[in-house]
Amino acid sequence: MQTLHLMKKELKDFFTSPIAYIVIAIFLLVTGWFFFLTFFLNGQASLRDFFGLLPLIFSFVIPAITMRLFAEEFAMGSFEVVMTLPVTPRHIVVGKFLSALVFICAMLIPTFAYAVTVSLFGDLDWGPVIGGYAGAVLLGGAFAAIGLFASSLTRNQIIAFIMGTLLCFALTLVDKLLVFFPTAILGFFSQIGADYHFRNIARGVIDSRDLLYFGGVIFLFLYGATLSIAEKE
Amino acid sequence: MIRVDDVTKDYGAFRAVDGISLEIRQGEILGLLGPNGAGKTTTLKMLTGYFPPTSGEIYYDDVPVSTQPLEIKKRIGYLPESAPLYPNMLVYDFLCYTADVRGIPKASRLGRIKEMASLCSLTDIMDKPIGELSKGLKQRVGLAYAMISDPEILVLDEPTSGLDPNQIVEIRKIIRDIGETRTIIFSTHILSEAEATCDRIAIVHKGKIVADGTTDAIRSNGNGRSTLRMDLKGATPQEAKQLLSGVNGVTDVAVSEKKENRCEVSVGFTKGQDAREAVYGAVKATDWVLMNFAMEANSLETIFRNLTKET
Repeated sequence: MQTLHLMKKELKDFFTSPIAYIVIAIFLLVTGWFFFLTFFLNGQASLRDFFGLLPLIFSFVIPAITMRLFAEEFAMGSFEVVMTLPVTPRHIVVGKFLSALVFICAMLIPTFAYAVTVSLFGDLDWGPVIGGYAGAVLLGGAFAAIGLFASSLTRNQIIAFIMGTLLCFALTLVDKLLVFFPTAILGFFSQIGADYHFRNIARGVIDSRDLLYFGGVIFLFLYGATLSIAEKE
Repeated sequence: MIRVDDVTKDYGAFRAVDGISLEIRQGEILGLLGPNGAGKTTTLKMLTGYFPPTSGEIYYDDVPVSTQPLEIKKRIGYLPESAPLYPNMLVYDFLCYTADVRGIPKASRLGRIKEMASLCSLTDIMDKPIGELSKGLKQRVGLAYAMISDPEILVLDEPTSGLDPNQIVEIRKIIRDIGETRTIIFSTHILSEAEATCDRIAIVHKGKIVADGTTDAIRSNGNGRSTLRMDLKGATPQEAKQLLSGVNGVTDVAVSEKKENRCEVSVGFTKGQDAREAVYGAVKATDWVLMNFAMEANSLETIFRNLTKET
């Protein structure tokens, strides 16, 4: 119950400030541009290119959404207000996380237009599209947890954004940099890439390992954020 | 009953609160008094469970805060210093949010908000974003926020800072009214405020409690000196000093010259001895005019200054 009230408040904050609309606009512009740039050249009726871009675009869009969640409260002192309400740090973290997740879903909804457009041009296979959106929500959740964690470490929103972006980029790119790692730990590093797991789901194959991966990342970083704010003095 | 048991708080190497012990009975209004940086705010923050003490423990009805922070937070309404509220939220939305989180049922929510709005005179600003309000208005929103769930304990950190004199009187009245049934702990550095509102005062200095008791008790425990202030016309400072120093019971005389051949005299005498009659008699024998004659009972202010003097 407490979590829901906190989530509602954060969502209201998101949508009453212009930042929400700016972020959504930028997200739609960038994805739309990159997607349709190559769409007509490829001549394939699929959203694969769109979903292929998502991990990179999410890496800087989602930390921009989550950067204010804690940093702003620390900077303004309103953190004291939340912490002295009858709520636990876990309520606060989960409430803020859910609000970010709802926001990400709201951001993804307009991109259904891409799917509809593509289906007009050719025979679109809806399986991978549904898988892609499911993966996008999971990926968004994982990155939101990372961004929230970064925000819980600092009172400066810009630092929160940069730290969040770095972590998200690292997870996106780690399986593309495998040549740099010694063979002994190669297996581990190829498994921790968010991109790899996202592509699996986006193919339309729901594997418990991928679900476990995203669930694990979300849990780990939310737990980290909870510890971080519980220790704030 | 709230019991603060030998509580210490360190910020790194700096000891903000140094072994404070207090007992606050139900229905009591306690004023925490002290100069800036004395540890008032830190003490209040620990009382609300915002952060735990470095050592020591705070008990609410013998339940330590650290074991049941959630239950205890439910019973406390807290107004942080300078009311740091969400600037983008409307006053009404903010109060709704607080009411929801504090578990006020939807049915009685609106009534409660209206009650708070009229108590803190917020009715006209309910539809304004908090960020656009003046400091005093924000402070009143903060008070409404603290009191909305009608908590049995109110912790207010400098509740009257930033308010105009009329509002200060109002807020003090609210505090006194609520304090009849509720326990209130508030901090202030304004002495007259503490004197006017509190049942009990604790003076904090450098993280320690240097005095604790009713205003009368603290006053009588002071250094026991009383001061008489006079304004004499027609006397030169030397004459006044010479004459008044000779009066029985007077320990010291300070004279300062004012305009129009007048001088201001403060006469100090020891506790228990009332030299007013003798002083008046001495002045009457001269041809000076007595413009002002006021007894300043060992004021809290002097006691406060003595207790919190930098050493």
